[in-house]
Parts: sequence; structure tokens; C-alpha cells
Amino acid sequence: MRVALFLTCVNDTLYPDTGRAVLKLLTRLGVDVDFPMDQTCCGQAHYNTGYRHQAEPLARHFSDVFGEYEAIVTPSGSCGAMVRELYPRMGERARAEGRGDTLAKTLAPVVPKTYELTEFLVDVLGVTDVGAYYPHTVTYHPTCHGLRSLGLGDRPRRLLQAVKGLELRELPGADECCGFGGTFAVKNPDVSAAMGTDKVRSAESTGAEVLCAADNSCLMHIGGTMARLSTAMRPVHIAEILASTEEEPSA
Amino acid sequence: MSGTFVGMPAFPEAAHDAVNNRTLRGNLRHATHTIRAKRAKAVAEVSDWAALREAGKQIKDHTLRHLDRYLVQLEESVTAAGGTVHWAADADEANRIVTRLVKETGETEVVKVKSMATQEIALNEALEAEGIRAYETDLAELIVQLGKDRPSHILVPAIHRNRGEIRDIFRSEMGAWGRPAPEGLTDTPAELADAARLHLREKFLRAKVGVSGANFMVAETGTLVVVESEGNGRMCLTLPETLISVVGIEKIVPTWQDLEVFLQTLPRSSTAERMNPYTSTWTGTTDGDGPRTFHLVLLDNGRTDTLADEVGRQALRCIRCSACLNVCPVYERAGGHAYGSVYPGPIGAILSPQLRGTASEIDASLPYASSLCGACYEVCPVAIDIPEVLVHLRERIVEGGPVTREGAKVVLKPAKGHAAERAAMRGARWAFSHPGALRAGQRLASRTRRFHPRTLPGPGKAWSASRDLPEVPAEPFRDWWQRTHGGKDAK
Ligand code: SF4
Repeated sequence: MRVALFLTCVNDTLYPDTGRAVLKLLTRLGVDVDFPMDQTCCGQAHYNTGYRHQAEPLARHFSDVFGEYEAIVTPSGSCGAMVRELYPRMGERARAEGRGDTLAKTLAPVVPKTYELTEFLVDVLGVTDVGAYYPHTVTYHPTCHGLRSLGLGDRPRRLLQAVKGLELRELPGADECCGFGGTFAVKNPDVSAAMGTDKVRSAESTGAEVLCAADNSCLMHIGGTMARLSTAMRPVHIAEILASTEEEPSA
Repeated sequence: MSGTFVGMPAFPEAAHDAVNNRTLRGNLRHATHTIRAKRAKAVAEVSDWAALREAGKQIKDHTLRHLDRYLVQLEESVTAAGGTVHWAADADEANRIVTRLVKETGETEVVKVKSMATQEIALNEALEAEGIRAYETDLAELIVQLGKDRPSHILVPAIHRNRGEIRDIFRSEMGAWGRPAPEGLTDTPAELADAARLHLREKFLRAKVGVSGANFMVAETGTLVVVESEGNGRMCLTLPETLISVVGIEKIVPTWQDLEVFLQTLPRSSTAERMNPYTSTWTGTTDGDGPRTFHLVLLDNGRTDTLADEVGRQALRCIRCSACLNVCPVYERAGGHAYGSVYPGPIGAILSPQLRGTASEIDASLPYASSLCGACYEVCPVAIDIPEVLVHLRERIVEGGPVTREGAKVVLKPAKGHAAERAAMRGARWAFSHPGALRAGQRLASRTRRFHPRTLPGPGKAWSASRDLPEVPAEPFRDWWQRTHGGKDAK
């Protein structure tokens, strides 16, 4: 199977460790992973801020770069949801605007082949025990797009529960948004910060060492809030936990 | 929509005080979390909830698609049943009609059933200006009215008040409006409710004119439906001699059978009850029973313009259950007043800028008053994809585009004040379409990382005011990949 890693622009630039973790994990599971060098951004920030027309060339570019792979794996529920849920909608809108089927046809091939990492592991590879070892207490925050747009359900939890040495603690109010929301964090800073603080407080109440999620953007917001509140907890991407082994443990 | 909120500051400023008001946030958090949990339970009891939700959506969409036909049918049915139908294009016209109708009765007082439509047009204020006093009879509306306050929730307009605050309002204000609060009134719910009951009873028995809205109007029989919890609405509908109902044109359902769906989904979504305590239906007039004169004022006020928008029109499916408010993390922190409209929360964020347009500061900021978390869509009993409409309206604001205003097609220009963002988005798009440029930018960020500030200037300041920035890594992933897997990239 020709699998492409769609790392997302945020991870590529700010969180390369997550990319290395996905690579290590998938390679360990026998998947041959390629990283197409021409990949850039799925266009989500543009789309969600109201620049749909600017997002279109990015979506087309995404299709050009990834169209030929059998599966596209991304360690971001949010960017996964962009491709799976919003690319078809972009196609429909273009059609409604009298621009024909071209965009819809260009984007169609990548839509069903794009998987968020935990989906790919559970649904495509059929594994929940990925042979990981991570001797820490962890609480899991299901990010909104992973939870509601992609419907990741209990996949991430099942994967975490199978990790040796890991103790999973339930996060109170887990399904409440952390307040990141892309440009929302900048446009509505007070409300966003209040949501972030509440999220950090409920994570703290679990006593876990690590807060884990499947999206680095939310983790950036939560982690930035943790640092400001001098919380002892650390934000960690789920890929880094699943990639960790006894031989090569990650922090 | 009403002029009451004109000149409101944009949402972020309006929310600022609420976020820092601990009493308000405590009141809201407590109230929304309680009802949230109850709603989830009430919904989980119904095995075919998904089907009911879909049916509600279909019925509403069908009705909206053929609204012209059903409105005519409704007018015929109401007229045949002895009522009179009036058409109001906007708030002013509706207010003029109602004021005239009240004046024709010779009365200077009316009792009111809780109604969003009459709040939307600021009817009370319009009547007041003509020397007519409107008494709210819903408990929460009464609290808002006595407190000279504004409603902050669709269903529980006084949700932002706690019991102590309500007792204080009753004690100091009731006397000026009628029967004063009893001596030594405490803040126990039973005593508060009793004080309100006595105060209101006097009004019900005196009033000759009632004013209401409606939750639904059944086109086939011309029947208006009001669902409520307290029974005060039923008093207003049966005791006065004249009844005037102001109803948005989107409230139609074609048949009684269609009602069945909403009478299941509405109470569970709004008060988490299996069935609301009072469901009143009335059709025209009947001799010797209830009002002898019945007027129906059908209100447009931006609704046909909204209907013209393919993506945005789904907002007209709303049955005002308020479930979306109760799950919204932004509403919970910002409070209802920050939305600058009688429609707060997620539904307000998509409805107000459509009904009123996006020209004012507050309306242009509402589509951004959401983190797009999707909780509102998940609970909406008529499946309004609120995040989708929010993004659509953001597009209207930053990119401009065709809209319908007062029935005419116009093309909006992109809003001012987004120039920096527009430039940034264009720049980012350019870099993202030119992988080489993106790479150069990433490298530059990596090389200069030692000099990156921990706080940001300009719009970024809002980020670093309450959060630390992540550190830029020494090497972006793609450079690492190139270095370690260099030859493998060939497609
Ligand atoms: S948008 Fe949906 S959830 Fe919100 S008030 Fe309307 S019907 Fe209820």
C-alpha cells in the first residue's frame, strides 16, 4: 500500500517530532510511508476564516500532491475533517455558483482516502495494540473536529488503553471545546482564554502527568495556557505516545 | 430587527466584561450545565431521535420551499375561522399595526405571552411610546422587565440572574408595576413564584387585550400553537377580549400531523421534559369562549431575505428550543447580552446578521463568536448546521458577495477592517501554493528562533496575552525528511 503522510503545515513547521513519531509508528507496523515534499496546507485556516476562494487552490494543490496514493494519513483530526467533510462542500458550492463540476471532480479522489491517524490504525490496519510502552498517567482530550466532524469515537482511547505502562484517567467535561478554534483564539481572546483555562483546570483535576490529544493546534493552545498557569502537566500528541517503546521511549 | 441594540460594540468587547464577571459566569455555568445533562438524558430516552430530527428538518425545509403557498393557505384558514390577518414587512410596520389595533380597543394596558417575535421588533417600547403599557407575564420575562434589563437567553431570559438578585428586584420594583412583593420575601423558589403569581393574577383579571407570539401555526386549520411551562400564556390567551398574535412567517407547519414531530423534539430539547406542561392551540374566535376578536400579524422582518440565501436559509428552521445556547462554550462565558440581540448564542450568531444584515459592528462580529466546535449542530433538533452558516457569513463579511436585502439582490463589498487579515491570508495562500517559498520561510523561522519574542505585537498580542507561544524547532520536518530520506521522495 502506498501511504502518504500528510503532516499539516502546523506540524511541519512547529511540531516535527510528531511527524517523526508517526513515521516511526507506521514503519514499526509495517507500513511503507512516503512524505510528498510538495505538500503544504489543506486550506482549513482560509476556509474557516471566510476565505473559501483562497482555500480552493490549496485544496486543488492537495489533490495534485496526494491524489495517487492509496491512503493519506494525518496526525490532525481537524485537517482530516477539512479534507473529508469540507472538500466535498467546496465542490458543491462551486457547482452552486455555476462553476461546474471541475472542482468537485478534482477533489473527489482524496476525500475517501484521507484518514486521521487513529482511524487509520484501527479501521485500516485493524490494530489497537500498537506495541507501545509509555509509563505515565495520561488524560485524553478529544478535540472537537476529531470528535464531531470525523466521529473518532473511542478509537484513541482504545489505542491508549492498550499501551503498556500507561494509566488512562478520564477527563471531566472532555467533550467541551478547549477554546482554540483557529483564528477564534485571536479574534475572541478573552473567551478563548477562559475556555482554555477551564480545560486546563479540569485536566489538572485528574492528577495526570500528561494531557494527550490528536491535534497539535489544540495542544498548542492548551500547552500555552498550561505554561502560563504554571501547571505541572505536559501536552503530548497521541502519535508520540503510540510511537514510544521500551527500547526507544519518548518523554 | 429592533433598534434596541443599535450601536452595540463588537462581540469581543461586549464579551469582555461578562468573562470577568464571576457571579454571571457562575450563574450561567450552573444553569447551562444542569439543563445540558438533563437534555441529554431526555433525548437518550427516545429510540428514534435521529429519525425525529431528520423529520423535523424535512418538514421545515419543505414548508420553507413552499412558504408562499402555505402562507396563503394560512391566511384563508385564519380568516375562515373568524380572525383577521395583517402582513408586516418589518418591525416598524408590525409595531404600527399592533399599536393601532390596541388603540382601537380603547385600552392602555396589554398582557403579554412570552414571545421572541415581539421582542425582536421591540413591541413593548413601541407601545410605551404611544402610552400603552405592556405587562410581561412569563416569570423570567417579568424578572427582566422589572429589572429594566435585557433578556439573555431565548427560553430563560433571566438565566443570568440568581435567586438573591431576583428577590431584590421583586422587592424594589413590583410595587411600581402593580401588586407589591409580600413583606419579608425570601429567595426560596416557592416564595418567589408565589409573589409573581399574585402580582400577575391581578393583571390577568384586569386585562382586556392580550398579545402573544406562537411556536407554530398550522396552515390547514389556521391554528396557533403555544407551548409553555407555567400556564401564564394560556391565561393570556383565554381571558382577554382581544388577542393579537405577532408571528414570524417561518413558524408555519402544513398540517396537525407535522406538529407531532415538534411536540416531541421541542420540549426535550428546551426544558428536557418529555412533554411541556401546557400546550395551547387556538383557532380563530368562538362565541362565549375566549377572545372575541383575533388578529394575526405575520412578520417578515428580514426572513424572506434570509430565505433567499441557499446556505443561510437553514437558520429559519429554528424552533427556538435554546439547546444550542445551553451547550455553547462561548455563550457560557460571554453571556447572552454580548450578542446584541434578543437571539443570543449560536443561533443568534447566525440569525441576527441575516435578519439585520452585517453593516453594524456587532452584526459583523457575530459570525466570529464561535470556535466552530460543533456542539450546537450536534444538539439542534432540526439539524441546523450552525458552523456551516457561520463560515458562510464570515465569507460574506471578508469577501463580500451577493445577498438579498428588502427583496432586492445586491452585492456586498468586502468589509473594511479585515485588510491585514486579507493580506496575510493571501500571503499564506501564495506560500502554500509555492512549496519552495514555504520552505524558505520555515527555514528562516528556524534560523532566527533564538530571537523570537515570547509575546507578539499586533493582532498576535491577543494570543500571547494569555498563552505562551510554542518554540520554533531547529529544523522543520520537511528538511529533516530531505536530509534523512532524501532519495525516497520520487513519486
Ligand atoms: S438553532 Fe436548533 S438548537 Fe438552537 S434554538 Fe434553534 S432549533 Fe434549538
